[in-house]
Amino acid sequence: MLLYILKRLGIGIFTIWFIATATFTVMHLVPGDPLANDKAVNPTIRANLERQYGLDRPVFEQYVLYMGNMLKGDFGISFTEENRAVNDIIREHFPVSASLGVLSLFFATIGGVLWGALAALYRNRWPDAAIMLVVILGISVPSFVFAAFSQLGILTLNQWTGRSILPVAGWDSFSSALVPALVLGMSTMAYMTRLMRSSMLEVANTDYIRTARAKGLSALRIFFRHQLRNAILPVITVLGPAIAIITTGGFVVESVFAIPGLGRYFVQAVAQLDYTVIMGTTVFFGAFLVLMVIAVDILYGFIDPRIRLGAL
Amino acid sequence: MNTTTLTRALMQPISSYLRYCLSALLLFSALCALPALAQEGVDFATQSVRIAQGSEPPNLNSIKSTDQTSIFYIEHVMEGLLRKNARNELVGGVAERWEMEGTTARFWLRQNAVWSDGVPVTAHDFVFAWRQVVNPEVAAEYASIMYPVKNAEAINQGKLPLEALGVTALDDYTLEVELETPTGYFLSLTSFMIYYPVRQDFYEAQNGRYFADVRNMIFNGPFTITSWVHGASLRMEKNPTYWDADSVTLNVIDTPYITNDEQAVFNLFKDGMLALVNNLAAEQLRGALDNRMRIYAHPDGSVFYVEFNHRDDRVTRNLNLRKAMQAVYDSEELVYKAIGIAGYIPGRSLIPVYMNGVQDKFRVEYPEQPASLDIEKAREYLELAKQELGLDEIPPLSILCDDTNGAILQAQYFQSLFKRTLGIDIKVDAQTFKQRLDKSGNGNFDLILAGWGPDYEDPLTFGDLFASWNVNNKGRYNSPVYDAYVRTVQGTSDQQVRMDALGRMQQHIIDEAVILPNFERVSNGVRDPRLQGVVFSQTGASTTFTYAHVTE
Repeated sequence: MLLYILKRLGIGIFTIWFIATATFTVMHLVPGDPLANDKAVNPTIRANLERQYGLDRPVFEQYVLYMGNMLKGDFGISFTEENRAVNDIIREHFPVSASLGVLSLFFATIGGVLWGALAALYRNRWPDAAIMLVVILGISVPSFVFAAFSQLGILTLNQWTGRSILPVAGWDSFSSALVPALVLGMSTMAYMTRLMRSSMLEVANTDYIRTARAKGLSALRIFFRHQLRNAILPVITVLGPAIAIITTGGFVVESVFAIPGLGRYFVQAVAQLDYTVIMGTTVFFGAFLVLMVIAVDILYGFIDPRIRLGAL
Repeated sequence: MNTTTLTRALMQPISSYLRYCLSALLLFSALCALPALAQEGVDFATQSVRIAQGSEPPNLNSIKSTDQTSIFYIEHVMEGLLRKNARNELVGGVAERWEMEGTTARFWLRQNAVWSDGVPVTAHDFVFAWRQVVNPEVAAEYASIMYPVKNAEAINQGKLPLEALGVTALDDYTLEVELETPTGYFLSLTSFMIYYPVRQDFYEAQNGRYFADVRNMIFNGPFTITSWVHGASLRMEKNPTYWDADSVTLNVIDTPYITNDEQAVFNLFKDGMLALVNNLAAEQLRGALDNRMRIYAHPDGSVFYVEFNHRDDRVTRNLNLRKAMQAVYDSEELVYKAIGIAGYIPGRSLIPVYMNGVQDKFRVEYPEQPASLDIEKAREYLELAKQELGLDEIPPLSILCDDTNGAILQAQYFQSLFKRTLGIDIKVDAQTFKQRLDKSGNGNFDLILAGWGPDYEDPLTFGDLFASWNVNNKGRYNSPVYDAYVRTVQGTSDQQVRMDALGRMQQHIIDEAVILPNFERVSNGVRDPRLQGVVFSQTGASTTFTYAHVTE
C-alpha cells in the first residue's frame, strides 16, 4: 500500500514537472509581448522593465531560474498586478474557489445520487423521463447560459417581490454562494445522475438484492442498505476529477456573479500574457488535479475492499 | 424490486396536506419578513455610494501605475500641486499659488496640507517622488510624462544621477522646477498622478510594498482607503485630515463588486445595488433605453482612426493610394450605419472637439478642411497609385484589429467599402490584445484600427503621435514638415504660436492622408438620480466623486 502511494506520488511529481515545462515552452512560443501595453514606452523604459522582470536573459536561463524558484515554492511576482506575488494570489483566491467548489460539489453529489436513485426507482415512468430531460439539459447547456439566466431570475424575483430575496452578485454572505454553487455544479450533477441511474439498475438485478428481498427485508432497508451503497461506487470514481474541475474551473460563474475566485486569474492571465501567473496557476491546478486523483484512488480502496491496491 | 411498496412508504398520508399549507404560509411570511429591496447603490443618511469595477486596481503606487482603474482610486486619495475642481478647471491643490516664467516654475505650498498621519506635506515629498519616477531602477512606464522636467530623460537613461533632476525644495514649502524647454501645458501635468508627492521615510519603510495593501498606504487627498480585499472589494472613506475636507460631502465610496461581465454589472444596477454604471456596451445601452432609463453621455477622451503603414515595403506608403481610400470614406456612415452606438462623434480630425485652443475650443479656432468625398477622383488617385507603384493591381491589404465584436464589425465595414468602391481586397486580421500589440509594433499590417487617449490637456498629446521619433507611431510615418510642427509646438509656451502650428499640423494630416479619423468615443452611462455632482473628465480619472453628494 505504502509502496503504491509512493509510486503514484513519484509519477505525480513527474507529471507536474512535465506540465510546468510544457506550459513554459508554449507560453514563450505564443507571439506577443507580456510587457507591451496600449501605449508603447520608449526603449529606455522598456529596457528598465525587461531588466526588472528578468526578460533580458536568454529563455533557457529564465527557465532554469524559474524552475529553481518554483522548487523553493516561489512563483514570482505578477506582471499585471505588480505588487502581488503569485503565491499571494493563489493563497487569497483559491479558498474562495474552493469553498464555492465544495458547496457546489455537495449539491452535485447529493443531487446526483438522489435524482439518479429516483430515476432508477421509477424506471421508464414519467419521473424518470422528467429527470433524464433535466439531465440532458444540464449536460448540454453551457454554464454561462445557466449563469446568465439564473442571475436574471434572481433579479426578476427581487423586482417582482420588491425584496432582496437573493443577492444578484457579490461575495459577502452564504446566500450569495447558493445560486452560483448550483450553477457551477449543474453539469457534474447531471453527469452523476446518469451514472447513478445506470449503476442502480445494474445493482437491482444482482443476486444479493434478490436474496435480501427473499429474506423479507423492508423495501426501504433494501434500498438504502444494499442497493444505494453498492451503486454509489462509480460516482466516487468521478469525484476526483470533478473536485479539481469544479474548484478551479469556475471562471464563467465567477465573473457573472462577481466572485473573487482563482478561475479569473487563470483565464485572464493567458490573455494578458502574464507569464508568472500563467505558470503559477497552471502548475498549482495541475498539482491539485494529480493529488485529487491519487486521493480518490486510495479512498476507493477503502470503500471497496475488492480493489487491492498493493497488487497494482 | 417491488417499487409500489416503496412508493407507498414514501407517500404522505392525506392529513398532512394541511401541513403543506401551513409550511407554505410560514415560508410566505418568512419572505415578507426579509428586508425590502435594499437599494444600497446610494444612501442619503450616510452619504455613501457603491460602484463596480471591471478589474482589481493593478497598482495603486502613484509612481508606477498606468491604468484607468488604478488612476481612479489614486486621484481620490492623493493630491498633486494642482488639482481639478468641480467644473474640471485647474485650481490649487497642495500648492497655494504658483508662478511660471520661461523654463522656471515656482510653487508655494499651503501649510495646512497634511498626510493622513498629521505630518505636513512638504516640497521634499515632491522632489523625492519625481526622482523616483525617472529612476531607471524603478522602471516607471509613464516616466516619459516627466520628461519636460530638466534632465529627466537623461536620468531615466542612466546617464545622470537622480540629483540632477530639475526640481529643488528651496525650503519646506517652496518648490522650484526647471524645465527642459518652455512647456505650455506643464501646470496641467502637475495634477497628473506621477507628479503626486511621496514621503520618503514612509516609502522606504514599506520595503517595496508601497500601496500594496492598506497598511502600506498614506494619503494626502480627499479620501482614504480603509479596506481592500484583493480581487473582491475596496472601500474609500472621507479623509478628515484633508485640508479642504469641508468641500467634500460624500463619506463613503465603496467598490463591493469586481467583474468584467457587463451584463452582470447592469443587472446589479437594476437591482439598486450600484450608484452608476459608465461605458455601457451596445447591448446594455439598448436594455437601458428599453427600460426608459435616463442616459448620461460624455466624451471619454479617446480618438479612433485607421492608421496606415508608411514603411517602405508597404503599398500604403503611396500618397495617392491613401488619398483614394480617403476620398471614398465617410466617417458618418461608419458611425451611424455600422457602429450605431448613440453619441459617438464621427471623426474628422486627430484633435478631438473638447480640446482647448488659445481662447476657445481648438476645433472652433482651427476648423479643419475635410477632403472631399468623390468616387471619380478616388479612381483617378487609384490609377496614379498603380502607375507610381508599377502594379497592375493593388495586392490584397490586411487590416489589423482587436478580436472584439465591435472592432471586427468596423474592419468589415472597411473591407466592404474598399472592395465596393475601389475593388481592393482587404483581409481582416483580428488578433487578441497582446498579439495585436505585437503585430502593430513590428509593422506587420497595412491598415490598423488604432486609437489614442490623451495623457494631458493639450492638443499636443495627440499632435506628437506621428512625429518620426514617437514610439507610438506604429505606421512609422516620417515627414520633416510634420516633425517641424511638433518641434515648434514643443519649443515655446506662446499659446498663439503653438496652436497655429497645431492647426497647420491638423490640416497636414488630412492633406497627406496620414490617417483616416473614425470617431471620438462617448461613454454612455446610467446613474441613480439621487447622485449629483459627479465630474467626468477626458484626462486622468474619467470619473470623480470628490464633489458629489447624494440627495434625498
